[in-house]
Amino acid sequence: MSLSWTIGEPIKDEKAPSGPIEERWDTRRFQAKLVNPANKRKLTVIVVGTGLAGGSAAATLGELGYKVKSFCYQDSPRRAHSIAAQGGINAAKNYRGDGDSVHRLFYDTVKGGDFRARESNVYRLAQVSVNIIDQAVAQGVPFAREYGGLLDTRSFGGAQVSRTFYARGQTGQQLLLGAYQALERQIAAGTVEMHTRHEMLELVISDGRARGVVVRDLVTGEVETHLADAVVLATGGYGNVFFLSTNAKGCNTTAIWRAHQRGAMFANPCYTQIHPTCIPVSGEYQSKLTLMSESLRNDGRVWVPQRTGDDRTPADIPEDERDYYLERIYPAFGNLVPRDIASRAAKNVCDEGRGVGPGGLGVYLDFADAIARLGREAVEKKYGNLFEMYERITGENPYETPMRIYPAVHYTMGGLWVDYDLQSTIPGLFVIGEANFSDHGANRLGASALMQGLADGYFVLPTTLGDYLAGAGGFGEVDATEVAQAEAAVQEKIDRLLAVNGTRTADSYHRELGRLMWDYCGMERTDESLRKALERIPELREEFWNNVKVPGDGEGLNQALERAGRVADFFDLAELMCLDALHRTESCGGHFRAESQDADGEALRDDEHFAYVAAWEWGPEGPILHKEQLEYEYVKMTQRSYK
Amino acid sequence: MNLTLKIWRQNGSSDRGRMVTYEVQDVSPDMSFLEMLDVLNERLTLEGDDPVAFDHDCREGICGMCGMVINGVAHGEQRATTTCQLHMRHFEDGATVTIEPWRAAPFPVVKDLVVDRSSFDRIIQAGGFISVPAGSAPDAHAVPVPKDDADAAFDAATCIGCGACVAACPNGSASLFTAAKITHLGLLPQGQPERAARAKAMVEQMDAEGFGGCTNTGECTAVCPKGIPLDAIARMNADYLKTASK
Repeated sequence: MSLSWTIGEPIKDEKAPSGPIEERWDTRRFQAKLVNPANKRKLTVIVVGTGLAGGSAAATLGELGYKVKSFCYQDSPRRAHSIAAQGGINAAKNYRGDGDSVHRLFYDTVKGGDFRARESNVYRLAQVSVNIIDQAVAQGVPFAREYGGLLDTRSFGGAQVSRTFYARGQTGQQLLLGAYQALERQIAAGTVEMHTRHEMLELVISDGRARGVVVRDLVTGEVETHLADAVVLATGGYGNVFFLSTNAKGCNTTAIWRAHQRGAMFANPCYTQIHPTCIPVSGEYQSKLTLMSESLRNDGRVWVPQRTGDDRTPADIPEDERDYYLERIYPAFGNLVPRDIASRAAKNVCDEGRGVGPGGLGVYLDFADAIARLGREAVEKKYGNLFEMYERITGENPYETPMRIYPAVHYTMGGLWVDYDLQSTIPGLFVIGEANFSDHGANRLGASALMQGLADGYFVLPTTLGDYLAGAGGFGEVDATEVAQAEAAVQEKIDRLLAVNGTRTADSYHRELGRLMWDYCGMERTDESLRKALERIPELREEFWNNVKVPGDGEGLNQALERAGRVADFFDLAELMCLDALHRTESCGGHFRAESQDADGEALRDDEHFAYVAAWEWGPEGPILHKEQLEYEYVKMTQRSYK
Repeated sequence: MNLTLKIWRQNGSSDRGRMVTYEVQDVSPDMSFLEMLDVLNERLTLEGDDPVAFDHDCREGICGMCGMVINGVAHGEQRATTTCQLHMRHFEDGATVTIEPWRAAPFPVVKDLVVDRSSFDRIIQAGGFISVPAGSAPDAHAVPVPKDDADAAFDAATCIGCGACVAACPNGSASLFTAAKITHLGLLPQGQPERAARAKAMVEQMDAEGFGGCTNTGECTAVCPKGIPLDAIARMNADYLKTASK
């Protein structure tokens, strides 16, 4: 193995209050120091990213009276990739009276995360979930409603209650536009200064505190520094390390990776979520994968032919020669098992040679029964836009022939380590939304990403950041040498990328890295595959830095240069992901080590050795592992069963 | 299949710009339009040419970042489809395809096919919101909303802010975009207190940005990837006139 690593001191979340779990968030809120309104105006907060977490945080901090500077790489804050979330948002409203409660949402999330998330954080998330729905409705988010005028809900994977609020298949869009509109309102009010088409490339640290960012104006090419009293990263996940994922093309790890290299610990990088229902790859030129909402599993039935190599059209395969394998293996949850389980089951049947479509990498998601039971019109009402999207991409009509789906990288549970206050190991650097690691453990349940992003941005961060800033009067001037060094580092990297002038594009390297990660650190990982990846990644990175071709110059809009910079950071991250996956010899949630499975092929945890958060510190001699022990007082650790 | 592309190239807003012809070979019908351009750009990069700049992000038809005028039609001839969701199976082998940016004075060209749509953000800033600071909301079930109103509000709210409506309009009007937001919020009980002020401020901002007036041509709704209906504009005008006559 090329990468050596060491074990450092254990790490602990010092901020979580003790006492009964129901009271911890109240306790923390009361303990948190307040900043008086006159002082808020003097404090500047930088928020990078304008998705659900960043957009809602920037808007809320602006409402509270802070001076906010918001940054996004897109042309408008409304483009952030939260907009593509389809299915819905969980909340423990119990409007159905079907036995839901804050405690049940908490329980489901801890269990769904395969006992690798903190109880305190998850409980707070479940508590705050109800406020999010209230907030969104008041903003005018047009959630689906029933004829009585009340909100409709649906079921989602990993839950036996109906607690998912939705806006057709565009819940993320509607929630993001709510946050975006709140943000634009603050921009108009002058509390938020918006910088679109700006990409964060470095973090400025002065006197041990995060005090600013270095960004590149993507239109003029100018490298600028912005200073503040605190920095919030809301830059999303790093699924694009696999090249093909359901993320937007621009999603990248650069902001959190820069912060990591400057001292923020990176927690559980190997926890990636493979979403079971995506449209399969169609060719070599493929640039991204498109998700079909998990909500489809409410009414769609997943199956493959019973016989291997059965190449008849789906209509020609009679009922008794089909294997509805999720219903067969998991009778209690059926098609609604959590994502990691559904994904692996699909991989298993395809590995057996029973997959369908080109290359045998697909399974059917069939709506024939639902259409017969509910009528085509009802199905169209629920899923119309998803069916249209499927048809546009594949040219096939899912009302007449079953969809073909296959798992794809969708979400990363890992991210920068944060304490209960969402503060990283760098004082003054807060991390929210998918960019942090905090609430989903080793597997995120469907419809929980929107919940967490908005919980962090609207409700948690504005409180905890105030506690930090209450001491900010004494932070002092930012060290000019630190600023100069950060800027120089950014410029040096840009110059270096442009100077190589080799023979391969950054995209072609990204594709190769992604393929390698999918094969060796994807749905199933082994000691052997991970060691192979750890051998190959540094070679490929070396080749990249000696042979990449980035056209043009650093002046003005240069999209190839932007992509090359992101790929360069993905190489480093990929290495840490593989190392984390290698050291965690257990299976848990989305991390499946082939060596650790039970007799039925289910993920087998090793709580004795691995009930901890792996927080990695960047070190010149290789990464240093700090373990945060996880304790479960309220939910008994058990092997998950959805049978 | 093989195609001839005629693409608008313009190096910054002060450059006059011109159409440049490129030949692309072996295009797969399953490719998306943007994947076809990716392949072209990979080739241009390796040949030492400047790749074509274009905006895109989610590539699943929802972020609203992509947008090109393809053969004279905003987002191309497929109805209710963004450029990223347009697939090559809709083109004939040997065809010539022209590709241009959105053209409207309030959308200045940044480079090639990339335009500046920040005028849309400023229209939203003028009033495209409901003023409700975080934490101040009543219980979500405190105000029931008739399903028909909620559904109609949703239909208007699906606008992705791509700007195709402006590109297609002979007057360069942003009426459909502006009206979609006024309709979305104006149909909900939560949006009533600010309804009149919202319509007035947003319409005035739209005018101030230099967008043209609406003459009911309907080109906007024909190219809208989300099918925002034209009657949204009538609603906007009604709301606006009510405030103007006060």
